[in-house]
Amino acid sequence: MSVLLAAAGFTAPALDYHALAPEIVLTSVLLLVLVADLFLGEERKWLVANLAGFGLLATMVPIVSLAVSDGPPVRSMVGGAYVIDDFALVLKGFFLLTGYVVLLMSARYVEEGDYYEGEFYFLILCSILGMVVMASSRDLISIFVALETLSIPAYMLAGWRKRDLKSNEASLKYYLLGVLASAVMLYGMSLIFGYTGSTLLTEIGDKVGGTIDAQPIVTVGIFLIIVGFAFKVSAVPFHAWAPDTYEGAPTPVTAFLSVASKTGGFVALFQLIFVAFLGRDDVWGPLFGVLAVLTMTVGNLVALRQTNIVRMLAYSSIAQAGYILVPFAVAGTNSAAAESALTASILYLLVYAAMNLGAFAVVIAVARKTRSGEISSYGGLFEYAPGLTVIMTIFLFSLAGIPPLAGAWAKIFVFRAVLDAGTGWAVALGVVAAVNSVIALFYYASIARQMWMTPVPDGDRTPIAVPAPLIAALAITAAVVIAIGVYPQAFARFGDLASLIR
Amino acid sequence: MLSAAIFLPILGGVLLALIPRSRESLLKGTALLVTLATTGVGVYLLGAFDYGDAGRLQFAVDAKWIPVINSRYHIGIDGISLPLLVLSMVITLLCVIYSWEHFPEPHNPKAFLILMLVLETGMNGTFAAQDLILFFVFFELVLLPMYFMIGVWGGPNRQYAAIKFFLYTLFGSALMILSFLALYFKGGETFDIPTLIEQGPLLAHGTQVLIFAGLFMGFAIKVPMFPFHTWLPDAHTEAPTVGSVILAAILLKLGTYGFIRVAIPILPDAARTWAPWIGLLAVIGIIYGALGCLAQTDMKRLIAFSSVAHMGFVMLGIATLTDFGINAAVFGMVAHGLITGMLFFVAGSIQERFGTREIARLGGLLLQAPRMGWILGFCAFASLGLPGLAGFWGEFPAILAAYQPADGLNLAVFRTYMVVAAIGTVFAAGYLLWMLQRVAFGAAKSEFEKSHIHDLHVPEYLAWTPLLLAIVILGVYPHLLFNITDQAVELVTHGVNSLPSAR
Repeated sequence: MSVLLAAAGFTAPALDYHALAPEIVLTSVLLLVLVADLFLGEERKWLVANLAGFGLLATMVPIVSLAVSDGPPVRSMVGGAYVIDDFALVLKGFFLLTGYVVLLMSARYVEEGDYYEGEFYFLILCSILGMVVMASSRDLISIFVALETLSIPAYMLAGWRKRDLKSNEASLKYYLLGVLASAVMLYGMSLIFGYTGSTLLTEIGDKVGGTIDAQPIVTVGIFLIIVGFAFKVSAVPFHAWAPDTYEGAPTPVTAFLSVASKTGGFVALFQLIFVAFLGRDDVWGPLFGVLAVLTMTVGNLVALRQTNIVRMLAYSSIAQAGYILVPFAVAGTNSAAAESALTASILYLLVYAAMNLGAFAVVIAVARKTRSGEISSYGGLFEYAPGLTVIMTIFLFSLAGIPPLAGAWAKIFVFRAVLDAGTGWAVALGVVAAVNSVIALFYYASIARQMWMTPVPDGDRTPIAVPAPLIAALAITAAVVIAIGVYPQAFARFGDLASLIR
Repeated sequence: MLSAAIFLPILGGVLLALIPRSRESLLKGTALLVTLATTGVGVYLLGAFDYGDAGRLQFAVDAKWIPVINSRYHIGIDGISLPLLVLSMVITLLCVIYSWEHFPEPHNPKAFLILMLVLETGMNGTFAAQDLILFFVFFELVLLPMYFMIGVWGGPNRQYAAIKFFLYTLFGSALMILSFLALYFKGGETFDIPTLIEQGPLLAHGTQVLIFAGLFMGFAIKVPMFPFHTWLPDAHTEAPTVGSVILAAILLKLGTYGFIRVAIPILPDAARTWAPWIGLLAVIGIIYGALGCLAQTDMKRLIAFSSVAHMGFVMLGIATLTDFGINAAVFGMVAHGLITGMLFFVAGSIQERFGTREIARLGGLLLQAPRMGWILGFCAFASLGLPGLAGFWGEFPAILAAYQPADGLNLAVFRTYMVVAAIGTVFAAGYLLWMLQRVAFGAAKSEFEKSHIHDLHVPEYLAWTPLLLAIVILGVYPHLLFNITDQAVELVTHGVNSLPSAR
């Protein structure tokens, strides 16, 4: 009731424009892109791509200035519904960088593929805006708005190859299941709102751990919200859309979906679980445990059987989401476990983004020559494209978790979070994750085997011409994977991200 | 200086990556120079090492690395690490020399040499690491180069062998890293091996037993112990000659070294509980490996199975948990590295000349290439443990140690092991002499009667002489090595010895 009363006497909330600067810049850029696209002729459309890219980099400026500013470490607005803290800043920067790499990967692809160009960049920027907003949302409504802002453009992007039936199927499947997930989630949110009387995560957090602890409706609400997000992050058994969508969508979009959209979903989960529902680990702890085990195991086992590299990477990204879910399962043990679980999941996401984007960049580069996504078309790659082969090998073995590459540290942090909790079934979960990482090696190594150890299928040894933007994308991702691999402390600084938990 | 020993090779690898593929002699020269310089560092370490205090960690570096998990860049070598480290440097150098004219198909010396250098960094690093995470990283670093070495340059069935090797080892490592993390949380939030040696023995017996089981999986697969050995014959058979040599001479030692450096000193109580089982698997390995040898028709496969048997002796020595046994084990590791490395070299050269390793098709090596024939004979005798050669000092004391295992271990059980292991040496003599007889004696088989078989090449002389000399020197004067290892081994068994004796 009090919420409604407050709404009646509406006064504009005080806004901290410095804190909102990234969103404002990004919004201006995406409007500019839309307008520029109207006035540019066909042969000058490439300017749009550059505009979008520099726009993303320009958005980094206020983020950096916020990070180094002397202002309060936590800037909170609209009664705590919109918060800029270390957690938000790091993830915003992360989303912008991922977006930038995706733009680099798409530049030539969109230009040469006879696709709509300006709209493509506009939609990608919209989706990134949704993610940037998501990182700050600490309120059920703003989380939902952010989630839809990042999802709706993605539904359209998945169908960008409009004359290709598979692309249409991809878009439609993604759209229908995405909307279903939103509906389920929204229903759960309404239940939570109904019993707590608030949409603010912190207020929900106070109540969920307190008086209405045992309400079955709260349990159902939490359950439904998690199921909704399980769709978004494609956790088994809610993953069925992912492989078809990934295969049908244009490859840069697939990279974008498998990294950025997925991270968007996870960021929302972090905020909901660690701020609002921390008191009800009896509900989400076992649920995440089951989801994690299923997601890792099914993802890996099905990935073993794939013959198309994009489908294989799709299942591999499902399995990787499983590893990210593992720490959630033990986060409720105590506050120390919650902190190390959150740190482990975030670090895993950051590393996963670099190595997965890198792998997709190689797929795009190789497809420029072979026009094929079949794993067999990678035969003998080492003979005519040694550089791409070595880089791809690095990404693959990083995904498999072989030291001294970044992926190994991500896994070690996950194991650490699990063993930190120390309960018997936490250790069992760790063993399942360990065994899974061995299964996963088999299919990652099978691609390496194709590239290094088998002859070129059609005998065509002309080298691959890799365009400059793609080289830049590969360089960025490879540098991250190797740098973190050799000196993991560089990213361990982000351990402070646990500031989300209060 | 120790850091140089570890990172010089990989820096050399980076340098090699910058040289264009067509400049072959420059590539080879650079690789040679790098391995030579690394060995130079090894010689310096040998000279500057304080032998009077071989139990202490020397040339130690202890710097901040990953503070967030309290893992440090802590390296140092004691009397156990030093011989193995030097062995690793020398073997890599000799492998570079040997491959001078012997690059297997599909040639590509650039990639091959880079992999070899990366491999050396992994091996040297493992022997010097004093931090579990650092140890793990180096331990795993050897996987990738070896995978590619087998998979790209190997024999007909190479892809299967390569992935089998990789999957087996990774399975062990995955459980090993869990155990390391468990040690971290139970042992006072540190990965530092010397600190854990103080903390670990205080853990409850049950915890120790579980953690030891995880470590056991990691190390036993690498050794490899029966029944985890099945990757080894495949990997050895398919690997290129140099790959086999490095695999046999160094990689297998990483497993046994792990037992001595990590598992036993940190978890002495669990070690005592597990020791009879380890001993059992060790003697099964001895007999099984020997019987396996008798069934082989391929020379390399035979040598591979003999490795299973020899590593069985090493593990038996370790399982006794006594100073005597573990000294024997370290000696056995070095001796096996020298001798089996040599055997694989010879097998590789034979294959190169005859185009086959089928024992049944070979014969009369002594007539066609007398020097190579004599070297094969010499190595076979060294391998079967002839007194006066290095192999003897690995096997004989290990068997002897089983007569009187550490306090708290069942005497009857270990004395049975002793008898079984002794029978194993007879088998070893059997299969090695049988192989020698069919390959080297008699007349050449008709298909090779007319072919001209070149005796030793210059690179072979250069690569083999140091190994042969070392086999003789260590055989005649084993004190040279025992003297270095003994003090360090005392510290390894210290934990076991200070356990209450009756259980």
